[in-house]
Amino acid sequence: MSRIEKCFNSLKAQGRCALVPYIAAGDPAPRITVPLMHALVASGADIIELGVPFSDPMADGPVIQRAAERALQHHVSLTQVLAMVREFRAQDSNTPVVLMGYLNPIEVMGYARFAAAAAAAGIDGALTVDLPPEEADEFRSALRAHGLDAIFLLAPTSPAERIELISAAASGFIYYVSLRGVTGASHLDLGEVAAKLKAIRAGTDLPVGVGFGIGTPEAAARVAAIADAVIVGSAIVKRMEELAGEPDKILIELPKFLGQLRAAMDRSPAAPSSVSGAHR
Amino acid sequence: MNAYALPDARGHFGVYGGMFVSETLMQPLKELRQAYEQLRNDPKFQEEFADDLRLYVGRPSPLYPAKRLTANWGGARIYLKSEDLNHTGAHKVNNTIGQALLARHMGKKRVIAETGAGQHGVATATVAARFGMKCVVYMGSEDIKRQAINVYRMKLLGAEVVPVESGSKTLKDALNEAMRDWVTNVEDTFYIIGTVAGPHPYPMLVRDFQSVIGREVRYQIMEFEGRIPDALVACVGGGSNAMGLFYPFIDEPAVALYGVEAAGEGLTTGHHAATLCTGRPGVLHGNRTYLLETDDGQIIETHSISAGLDYPGVGPEHSWLKDSKRARYVAITDSEALAVFHELTRTEGIMPALESSHAIAYAKKLAPELGSDKVIVVNLSGRGDKDIHTVANIEGIKF
Repeated sequence: MSRIEKCFNSLKAQGRCALVPYIAAGDPAPRITVPLMHALVASGADIIELGVPFSDPMADGPVIQRAAERALQHHVSLTQVLAMVREFRAQDSNTPVVLMGYLNPIEVMGYARFAAAAAAAGIDGALTVDLPPEEADEFRSALRAHGLDAIFLLAPTSPAERIELISAAASGFIYYVSLRGVTGASHLDLGEVAAKLKAIRAGTDLPVGVGFGIGTPEAAARVAAIADAVIVGSAIVKRMEELAGEPDKILIELPKFLGQLRAAMDRSPAAPSSVSGAHR
Repeated sequence: MNAYALPDARGHFGVYGGMFVSETLMQPLKELRQAYEQLRNDPKFQEEFADDLRLYVGRPSPLYPAKRLTANWGGARIYLKSEDLNHTGAHKVNNTIGQALLARHMGKKRVIAETGAGQHGVATATVAARFGMKCVVYMGSEDIKRQAINVYRMKLLGAEVVPVESGSKTLKDALNEAMRDWVTNVEDTFYIIGTVAGPHPYPMLVRDFQSVIGREVRYQIMEFEGRIPDALVACVGGGSNAMGLFYPFIDEPAVALYGVEAAGEGLTTGHHAATLCTGRPGVLHGNRTYLLETDDGQIIETHSISAGLDYPGVGPEHSWLKDSKRARYVAITDSEALAVFHELTRTEGIMPALESSHAIAYAKKLAPELGSDKVIVVNLSGRGDKDIHTVANIEGIKF
């Protein structure tokens, strides 16, 4: 059983929803990333989504764009991101780590080489925002050969046929993009999200995480009531940006925010999921 | 016989092209594909498009025999395809008319575009004004500083020009920002991409709209030469004017195709935009194609005297034509382009865009090599009025 599957099964048994914070590797300084990952786990993160910086993050709003720019000022490469996860794994062998980013840095490394290196570093899955399943056959085979999950997005614009296509291609969990827009947007419509999650669950028994536009403990709690995972990115990265000049404070302040998210989510009733276990 | 039938159903030119976008855009791209498939075979739509090109753009654009240039260069006979004489002064409008008609048929009331030098932004704002559509143009804040007149032109035409402050603040970042707008407003918005790049079906439909250039050359050259040309030469940034010229000749192996990239300060200096000459395949802006990138796969900033060639990617069909050796890609430096800008202006009384000057400068090298019994058609993709400030600046002249 993979770390991701184990994580969702265990949360399911406790009737809890996964909290998945996103940080950009190397933001605001590479030395902060690994200690921050540990601090996030200690304050309630169930899975870490680690952003691989890219020069042209087309699907991201301004907050995460700037995080990538800060990381790139330190020339943080995919190879370095893998090294950070390897370092994280030395002390944490349980918490799943999912890479999130864009395809080009992986193209340059080569799919097979990437998959081997990612598995060796202790990464559990990868979500490449600009790689829909139509173009992903080779990438999925490479990941599968090394026991890694290929995580795909579903969106408000995805009709039934795409829900079916993506459910068949995905493993680990499905990431539902809660709104039409970029990361950090602020027009989340929970009614629409709930209706779409119902349609997705009718087509898959993979866990479904919800992200984009969840910025407060209140929003996290409301999404926790209907999803298997709450993914929070821009709200975290924005707090890191405010402290970018004094990175050590990030290690104190961010866990506080994560604790608030966790507490709010745990007060919320668990997801009425049809999940009986996270099948790969 | 037309053996060349790319792209395939999923938008691939060999390994290039495709649809590399986030999930939110996959369904809208499918709708666009379906609308285009229906309209490209619809005689009424084709007639509407042809009428607009004739009555509004002023097509066909002349094929001009540049006799003094030919005599000076002492080689192949040079013909200039005068896209500079189109309404708005460049080939860009062929595509924006086509896409605006498509937008209208799809019931979209708002169009968006990215622009570098401002030419595609102006061509989009122009057709938006004519069709009564709301128009938003994304432009890097660095480019806005360099192209103040085009920014004002777009505003006069009723467009909103949004400065883009992210990344290198140039064309590639404007494209990112337009994609972000599209993903947010996808229900009512049509994204008019300015070149033969982006996710399928854009490279195909922009090529199809621009291929009026090559189709005209095919019959126009008959009047002068009674045969098709030996070589076609066009500049390549994203590559839409080159694809428009090349496409109707792809199945004519006797016609040599030359794409001319910007060598900037020189290919070895790192300050250039010669993607096909020096780059390698990767994925950016929705397609797999040659890119200029670091060893880590980060996209790098490019340099060219000509803003329209200043792009770190290139249309995927050019990547295919390069690998399949159907076309050859070469590069011309800033100073070579600038010298020919002056030469054409003084010799023929035609002031070319700095983009087009790259193509003309390569034709100057090619003409004596081919010899006087050969025929070269060069795409004069735009006029040089927009570049007067750049040229004056280099010459140290202040207005």
